[in-house]
Amino acid sequence: MNDQRALLALRYVALTLLAILCVGPILVMALTSFKTQAQTFTTGLSFFFAPTMENYRDVIFDSSFGRYLVNSLIVGIVATLITLLLGCMAAYGLARFSFSGRKTIAYTTLMLRTVPLAVIAVPVFMIWSDWKLTNSLTGLILLYVAVNLPFTIWLLYGFVLQVPVELEEAAAIDGCRPWKIFLRIVLPLIRPGLAAAAIFTFRIAWNEFILALVLTDRSTRTLPVAASLFVTDIGVEWGKLMALATLIALPPLAFTFLAARQVISGLTAGAVKG
Amino acid sequence: MTTDSRSNTRTAWFFILPAVIIMAAACLYPVVSAVRLGFFDWSMGTPWAQAKWAGWTSFEIVFTDPAMWRSLLTTLKFAAVSVSAEMFLGIALALALEGNIRGMAFFRTLFILPMMVAPIAVGLTWRYLFDAQFGLINAVLGVLGVAAKGWLADETLAFAAIIISDIWQWTPFVFIMVIAGLANVDNSVLEAARIDGARWWTLTTRVKLPMIAHVLAITLVMRLIDAFRVLEVIYVLTFGGPGDSTEVLSLHIYKTAFIGQKLGAASAISVLLLVVVMVLTWLALRMSNPLADSEKDK
Repeated sequence: MNDQRALLALRYVALTLLAILCVGPILVMALTSFKTQAQTFTTGLSFFFAPTMENYRDVIFDSSFGRYLVNSLIVGIVATLITLLLGCMAAYGLARFSFSGRKTIAYTTLMLRTVPLAVIAVPVFMIWSDWKLTNSLTGLILLYVAVNLPFTIWLLYGFVLQVPVELEEAAAIDGCRPWKIFLRIVLPLIRPGLAAAAIFTFRIAWNEFILALVLTDRSTRTLPVAASLFVTDIGVEWGKLMALATLIALPPLAFTFLAARQVISGLTAGAVKG
Repeated sequence: MTTDSRSNTRTAWFFILPAVIIMAAACLYPVVSAVRLGFFDWSMGTPWAQAKWAGWTSFEIVFTDPAMWRSLLTTLKFAAVSVSAEMFLGIALALALEGNIRGMAFFRTLFILPMMVAPIAVGLTWRYLFDAQFGLINAVLGVLGVAAKGWLADETLAFAAIIISDIWQWTPFVFIMVIAGLANVDNSVLEAARIDGARWWTLTTRVKLPMIAHVLAITLVMRLIDAFRVLEVIYVLTFGGPGDSTEVLSLHIYKTAFIGQKLGAASAISVLLLVVVMVLTWLALRMSNPLADSEKDK
C-alpha cells in the first residue's frame, strides 16, 4: 500500500505548508517586534538577528499604554459579560416561549447581525453626542453589546434548543418558576455555547477598531486605536507597531489555543446540520 | 411551561426585553437614523435641530458622483474575486485534506489564527509584508528571480494586495466549514456510489459536493456579506489608495462622513450598502431557516 502511504505523506506536507502560510504573517509580526528600527528597514529575509526588547519597553512603559490596556480590558470584559447575560436570556425566551411578535423580533435580530459598522458609525456618533455618551467607555460598551447581541442570541438559540424540553417540563411540574428553570437547568447545559459566545464577543470587543476610533478620545482610547496612531505621515515605527500589535493579538491567540473547539463549533453552528 | 398564556407572554418578555431594548436603542435606531440622515443636510458640529430637509438631494448627488460608482465597482470586484478565490481554495483544500488524519485538530487550531487576530494587526502586518523596500513579499520574489514591485503604490497591485490579505484571512474559514460539512456526509451513500464504480472525480462532483450544497451555499453567502462589509484591513493597508483604487464602499462612506464631512451623502451611500447587505442577509436566512427547528403552535 505504498500509494496510500505516499498520499498520506503528501497530505501532511500540504497541511504543514498551509499551516506555515497561516502562521507566517503572524510570525513576521512577532519577529519584527523584536527588531530595532534600523533592522526593520533591512530588506527581506532577515530571520536571524539579535533580538531587542526595546520596542516592548517603549510601548509598555509609555505613559498611556496602561490606560489603553485598562480601557480595552474594561470594554472587552464588561461588554462580553453583558452580552452573554442578555443574550442567553433572550435566546431562552425566543426558544421556549411563543408569543405574538416572536417572529418579528427573531428575524429583526438576525438581520441586525450583518449591519456594516461604517453605516452605523455616523448616526451612532450623532446620537451618542446627543446622549453625552461619546468619549466614554460606557458608550462604547453599549454599542458593542448591541452589535454583538444578534450573533450571540442566534448562537445560543441553537444550544438552548438542544436542551431536552422534558427536563424543563419536569421541573415546571415540580413547581419551579421559569427563572429557576433557566438558571439551574438550561444554563449549565449550554455551557459550551456560552464559552463560544464569550470568545467571539470578547474577540470583537477587544479587536474592534473603527467604532472605537470614532467614539473615544485620549483618555478612553482602546489598544487597537492606539496602534493605528503609529502610522503617521512622517513614517511608520514598525518595531513598536508590531510590538503593540503582538500584544493586542495575545488574548485572541490564547483563546485560539485553549478553546479552538469552541471557536470552530461557534463558526459552524447552524450551517452544518448534525 | 405553564398553560396560562398571559403569564407565558409576560415571562417571555422578561427574558427578551433587556436584549431587545439595547438592540433597538443602540443598533436598530442608528440604522434607521442612517437612512433618515440621507434626507437631511447636516454638518457635524451643528445642532441636529438646524439640519435642513433636503429630500432626495443627497441621493441625487451621490448617484451622479463618479467616485461613488468607482467605489461600488471596486467593492463588487473585490467581493467577486476574493470570495470566488476563497471558495475555490477552501473547497479544494477541504476535499484534498479531509478524512481522519491524526493531528488534524492541531492543524485546525493553526488555521483559525488568521481569523482571530485583530483585523488592524492583519492590515498592518500585510502592509509591512507588501512594503516595496523591506517587505517579505518582495524579498521572496527576489529569491525567485522576480523584480520587486511597488505593491501599495500601484493601483492594480494594491488591489491585488487587499485581495491577497483577504484570502489569507478567510480561506481557512471556508476550509473549516467545508470540512465540517464533509464530516457529516453519510458514508454509506459514498460507499454505494463507489461500489457502483464511481471514480474519484465523479464521486466528488456528482455525489459529495451536492450533498454539502447547503453548507457551501451558506458559506458563500456569509463570505459575500462580509466582503461587502470589509473596512478595517483596507483602512490600514491602503486607506483606499493609491488614489481611490481600493476604496471599497465602507471606506468610502467613512471618508465621506468623517473626512469630507458630508453626512447626507455618506448616509445616502449607506442606504445603498445596507440594501445590498440586507438582501444577502435575507437570502442567508431563507437558506438556513433558523426558526425551523422550533415552530411552535400559537
